[in-house]
Amino acid sequence: MEMTLTTHQWVRSRPVSGWWRLWASTQVRWGVILLVAMTVLVVIGPFVAPYDPAAPVGKPYAEPSAVAWLGTDNLGRDVLSRVLSGGVYLAWMAPVSALLSVVIGAAVALVTAYYRGWTDLVLMRSLDVLLAFPGILLTLLCVSVFGPQPILLVGLVVLTLMPGVARVIRGAAIPLLDREYVLWAKAVGTPGPVIILRELLPNVSSPLLVELGLRLSWSVGILSSMSFIGYGIQPPAADWGLMVSENGTGLGTQPYAVLAPILMIILYTIGGGLIAEGAARVMARTEGKA
Amino acid sequence: MTMVLKASGLTVERADGAPIIEDVSLGLDRGEVMGIVGESGSGKSTLALALLAYARRGVRIAGGSVRVADTNMLELDTATLRKARREVVAYVAQDPGAALNPMLTLGTLLTEGLAGSKAEKVVRAREILRKVGLPDDEAFLQRRPRQLSGGQQQRIAIAMAVIAKPKLIILDEPTTGLDVSTRAKVLDLIRQLCISDDLTAIYVSHDLAVIANVADHVTVMYGGQVVEQGTMQEVLATPRHPYTRALLNAVPSLQARQTLRPIRGRVPAVGEAPNGCIFSDRCDHAIEACNTRPALRLVGGTQVRCVRPELAEAFEVRPQAVGHSDRQVANNSAVLQADGVNAFYGHRQILFDVSLQVEPGRCLAVVGESGSGKSTLSRCLIGLHGNLTGALSLDGKPLPLTVDQRDRNARQRLQYIFQNPNASLNPRRTIGQSLAAALANRPEACGNRSGAIIAEAFERVGISPHLAMRYPAELSGGQRQRVAIARALVANPAVLLCDEVTSSLDVSVQASVIELLRSLLADGLGMLFVTHDLAVVRNIADTVAVLSAGRVIEQGDVYKVLSAPSHPYTQSLLANTLQLPTEAIDVPTIARRQSAAGSR
Repeated sequence: MEMTLTTHQWVRSRPVSGWWRLWASTQVRWGVILLVAMTVLVVIGPFVAPYDPAAPVGKPYAEPSAVAWLGTDNLGRDVLSRVLSGGVYLAWMAPVSALLSVVIGAAVALVTAYYRGWTDLVLMRSLDVLLAFPGILLTLLCVSVFGPQPILLVGLVVLTLMPGVARVIRGAAIPLLDREYVLWAKAVGTPGPVIILRELLPNVSSPLLVELGLRLSWSVGILSSMSFIGYGIQPPAADWGLMVSENGTGLGTQPYAVLAPILMIILYTIGGGLIAEGAARVMARTEGKA
Repeated sequence: MTMVLKASGLTVERADGAPIIEDVSLGLDRGEVMGIVGESGSGKSTLALALLAYARRGVRIAGGSVRVADTNMLELDTATLRKARREVVAYVAQDPGAALNPMLTLGTLLTEGLAGSKAEKVVRAREILRKVGLPDDEAFLQRRPRQLSGGQQQRIAIAMAVIAKPKLIILDEPTTGLDVSTRAKVLDLIRQLCISDDLTAIYVSHDLAVIANVADHVTVMYGGQVVEQGTMQEVLATPRHPYTRALLNAVPSLQARQTLRPIRGRVPAVGEAPNGCIFSDRCDHAIEACNTRPALRLVGGTQVRCVRPELAEAFEVRPQAVGHSDRQVANNSAVLQADGVNAFYGHRQILFDVSLQVEPGRCLAVVGESGSGKSTLSRCLIGLHGNLTGALSLDGKPLPLTVDQRDRNARQRLQYIFQNPNASLNPRRTIGQSLAAALANRPEACGNRSGAIIAEAFERVGISPHLAMRYPAELSGGQRQRVAIARALVANPAVLLCDEVTSSLDVSVQASVIELLRSLLADGLGMLFVTHDLAVVRNIADTVAVLSAGRVIEQGDVYKVLSAPSHPYTQSLLANTLQLPTEAIDVPTIARRQSAAGSR
């Protein structure tokens, strides 16, 4: 009896796939365009750079000219070439650390939320310890001992960000355990891991995406700061964070050497943020009517 | 007689210009109660808020006027309006638990908006507490809302509304979440305030029986329009609009088991109303002339928006009595049996020595008020409540008490349907996927036949299989509940445990779900139906167990228990169940209201 729908109702609520819904959001679209553009720039940048990023092309802190479009840096190297080549580290390290912290954090959160008991107590309290331990101290310690290897830096970022993700996702998952569809799954004897993957995980996807965007920005921030204080990527490699720190003293005479890498970091962060926020909104809209 | 409320041509629109309520006019004299009745999506709450000159975000009051006593509500500036909302029109929200700030004491809540010295305020607060039938001592004034029961909270909310002596009070579903006995008391209070204080009130409700018991006038809303308006007796006893009639036909009766007529289709969403008469696409009596929108006109004492405002007799639609399923059950054929079940929360015992049995093709109703343990009982049976003792058996074999210890077969044979259709389906799965997930627990039915089984289950509950790609958010509440039933059916169950499955649905939708469940009973399924609504019990159950404070106090055949209850508690439950004026089908006498409100 409820089969009869008027034509416009049918068109209005015609099912569309999740990806298409995401793409329909202006925010997501701009975010994707920005991120793709940045990634393309970072990947082909080193090949189109006019000079070798490590070679001096003029006097230090020379103003922009026909030779060096964005001027030169503290050692007389071409800023444009260094900006074009300097995203490689950040471009893979930031997304990888953000993704890892969200995946590990969510896994810990969902498992502890579902099983409670001892697993919960042990895992969550260890995370609290991690959360309380100053991340920067840990970084200084580890980098001093093992040297600034990219893998280690990623691991440190993950260790810093993951407990926060776990807290948020756990908070989102616990109310779901009293939802009728989870009770139903328990009542028909669905195994725990299946409930976690099929019932809980899809329903924390909005906070997960928000976390992903947020943590991407954070990783960019942390990685750049590590470079800035000299515990990240080491000179003479070109790196945006490092460039900010190297050319800080010349900010008055040659601001482009600092502003250009900062602009790149900002654009990169905004792209992730737009996608995350747009996606969260789209999902909230789909769910909100329920 | 002074006219307190005069609203005319009130129109509320969404930002894109689609009307939510259209051209609504109301008039109310001092001391009268106007009931506004309609199903969800009819615009009745929007109307109630518009009378306060309030519109939700993204919505605006586009036209019309609201005059309360001497105040023109729609033409006030912000500061005056705020004052008017306290002193001229007051509002009581549906859920007092959410409407009262839990951190404030009752004294503060009551006197918040009053002027005057502290001593005067306290005197006023005590006076109002006595009036609404609550204690007025200092200790009570120091309590906070969460220390009160739901009924007491609603009394406080009403006291807060009347303490500033407003000219008009708007009650938005004030008794909806309450138990029958509490509801009866709150309704008594409202009636009494109408007499003692000459209170003028708008009472918004989806429950026709409540409206019949409290209102002098009734306005029936549908799709944002007034479809019928008149005195309570005329509208509810001799309805002239097909929608009013359909609504009344969908209400289950406490006296008789009869066919319930659901209204086909669904309420049009905002901006999607048909061009002609708003009800024409769901109306059984629609004719050519219904393609132009009828105006509200006076027919035999009521305002009706219909081109064929004839009485029900003209269409010869009378409710028909239906019998119980004729399966005669031999002794010991129970499919599900519980013996001496005791259940606990921590050290607190919830259920005491509960024994019952569910037979195939028959429905056992478990009736009780909130806190009686009826939901705990159904959770014990499905095995989700771990802390219990006693014995369960399924098909004559002992059934382990918790779901982890049960075998696959037992889990499939018992299926549970939840109260809240909005949360019983995973919102991130299409309904087809939800059914497929249920079928995955039945390995023998997987593979090639799974698609056919799912389609069959959808057909069985009246959901078109081509809706399988939809997400729950894209369905109406009634459709979701049907999908939840379909999900239970794919498991090929022997017993359905239904926990208040119709209580969050509109009456017209409830009617269709009850009819569906009846047809499943006829297929031979056993059913345990947990509810607080005795009229629903009358219409679906064969046997009934009355639960009070965790004990079964009365158990037996429905017609015996409901016509001659032996326990005082059952008697009071029955006495407090409200009925429509046209309740008895064969005796169409109009029951007069027990207490006349107002000055007429």
